[in-house]
Amino acid sequence: MSIGDAGSPDVTASDPWSGLRRTTQARIGLGRAGSSLPTRRELEFRAAHAAARDAVHEPLDVDALVPGLDALGLGPTRRVRSLAEGRGEYLRRPDLGRRPASLDGLDAGGDADVAVVLADGLSPRAVAEHGVALVTALVDALGTGLRVAAPVVATQARVALGDHVGAALGVQTLLVVIGERPGLSVADSLGIYLTHDPRPGRTDAERNCISNIHPPDGLGYAAAARVAAALVDGSRRLGRSGVALKDSSALDDATAEALDTGP
Amino acid sequence: MIRRHTLGGRTYTFDGLVDLMAKATPVRSGDQLAGCAAESDAERAAAAWALADEPLATFLQEQVVPYESDEVTRLIVDAHDAEAFAPVAHLTVGGFRDWLLATSTRPDAAATLTTVAPGLTPEMVAAVSKLMRNQDLVLVAQAARVTSAFRTTIGLPGRIATRLQPNHPTDDPAGIAAATLDGLLMGSGDAVIGINPATDSPQATARLLHLLDDLRQRFDIPMQSCVLSHVTTTVDLIEQGAPVDLVFQSVAGTEGANASFGVDVRMLLEANEAGRSLGRGTVGDQVMYLETGQGSALSAGAHLGTGGRPVDQQTLETRAYGLARALDPLLVNTVVGFIGPEYLYDGKQIVRAGLEDHFCGKLLGLPMGVDVCYTNHAEADSDDMDTLLTLLGVAGAAFVIAVPGADDVMLGYQSLSFHDALYVRQVLGLRPAPEFEAWLAGLGMADGQGRVLPVDLDASPLLSIASGS
Repeated sequence: MSIGDAGSPDVTASDPWSGLRRTTQARIGLGRAGSSLPTRRELEFRAAHAAARDAVHEPLDVDALVPGLDALGLGPTRRVRSLAEGRGEYLRRPDLGRRPASLDGLDAGGDADVAVVLADGLSPRAVAEHGVALVTALVDALGTGLRVAAPVVATQARVALGDHVGAALGVQTLLVVIGERPGLSVADSLGIYLTHDPRPGRTDAERNCISNIHPPDGLGYAAAARVAAALVDGSRRLGRSGVALKDSSALDDATAEALDTGP
Repeated sequence: MIRRHTLGGRTYTFDGLVDLMAKATPVRSGDQLAGCAAESDAERAAAAWALADEPLATFLQEQVVPYESDEVTRLIVDAHDAEAFAPVAHLTVGGFRDWLLATSTRPDAAATLTTVAPGLTPEMVAAVSKLMRNQDLVLVAQAARVTSAFRTTIGLPGRIATRLQPNHPTDDPAGIAAATLDGLLMGSGDAVIGINPATDSPQATARLLHLLDDLRQRFDIPMQSCVLSHVTTTVDLIEQGAPVDLVFQSVAGTEGANASFGVDVRMLLEANEAGRSLGRGTVGDQVMYLETGQGSALSAGAHLGTGGRPVDQQTLETRAYGLARALDPLLVNTVVGFIGPEYLYDGKQIVRAGLEDHFCGKLLGLPMGVDVCYTNHAEADSDDMDTLLTLLGVAGAAFVIAVPGADDVMLGYQSLSFHDALYVRQVLGLRPAPEFEAWLAGLGMADGQGRVLPVDLDASPLLSIASGS
């Protein structure tokens, strides 16, 4: 057996575990080197952990996102960073990641209904890989009935930073698209958080979340955007977001089901 | 009361017991986040000096969380055993450290520590742990003995058990069965086979309980199963006749944090009674399974104590053990690295916290295990987990948690692997729980020393667990 061939799931074609592996992503049937993990399996684990760590720590290249976001025609993309200085402080001090260093350049003069904030969160890689495509799908799904503000990209940011942005822009609906905490098997997953009437002090119970967005394996852009648009519609009719929205009849069955199957 | 200590020509002032305890705590990110940590290493050292001079009896008079407003404090204070406390009642916290270290070297150490345990409050134990180095935490914990039992016996000297955790992102029975088979073939599951369900639906929980109970009966495995639903879900299922072995709940060290989990003391005491009433144990009747973890109170915004000051996370964690003690549990474990780097930043902090939690729980008389674990945004890796596991093996931990390949695909964090459990048994000569070891040996899966032997999957009678036949 070559230990270099770490890509395929099975050690050999006759591996008796291969059938069972179809039932779970769990790392079953790894074999033993004495009591310990065989070299190939050890290296597979190390590579997966390295990918997850890199996804957390590689800074978001905002410049690379701007052309795609500007092309949406909603106005020039704005940038906000949190009070957290660098990744170490961001990880240690979630309170600082929830507050903007400055909101200069954002003003309530616009007449937008919805703001979309694209935030690095715990996986800048997820934003780099899926961010523009998901925001594009969101703008499409929201349709022409609602005015969407020019996109905002937020760095070293937690979800609640969006509340400050939404309040500054004077929108009734806030969508924060954010990189989710990388797992060992998925390091590039995005989540969307909806907050109705955003303002500082909103709690997580007042938000709705769509998570696990990372095509092709996770939820696709268009499917996630459809659920988000239905939630936006429901929250604007109900006048609130969060648990009350999920429990209300303002959602159709498909949307409610999509939320129920989220983590 | 203000405490002062002068160190290196500078006088440090500590505003009450809460401040003193927090400032004396070894550095960790959660206390910095809460704003209660020492500002400098010198202040931390000065606080440790001042804490060492504090009489143990102070903790009976001065509460870190008020008696009037917190039922966990009331439980701790009202249950205090003055007679058991008498042998150490004259000591300061520093003197108590010396007493523990000296006691631990004597032949009657285990009996002495067991006798004094009901006289100790969580705050006394937390305080002394803050003066102890990692080796002190290991040494005293190793000398203490706590056993518990249901269908296996947990905590016997020379043994370490494992919780087999076969989680699946959608609770798929075939996937859970496959991970369970993998763990059993590696000799895991003697503490419990415990599933974190993806949803808290009673139907899904009942389905998983039946899956595990059918498995146990079919292969005559001396084991206990648990689906880690909310305690109210489990109690409802008991009433509906579901095969509930253990009653699980996450608990914390303040009334407010427990409220954020949707539980209170009365509810937990009643759940314990409901579980015991089924009489399903064979070698013992302890049914509660509790999980804790430093930082849970802060995370719930329920970490403020006397004077409205933030209480350090390790002291609050130890108070959770005070609550656990009232429930006479089969298993308690801290989920030490799960909560993230804003509470325990790196491998050093996780290792330290794991040893503190194990020591404090065991000294208070709990069958203490540890989920040796970390997340991908913490500054930690498998090497740190190896260090903590090895230290816990030496310290006599009752059990650890194990998942396939150290990767929990449902909760998205890294715990220990089944291999890691074999490693610690191998290097320290530790064996599985005796009833489970006998079962393994009966199937030819363990040798005379309790070592788990490699198995050919196709030839194993257990194969049908996962193949559905």
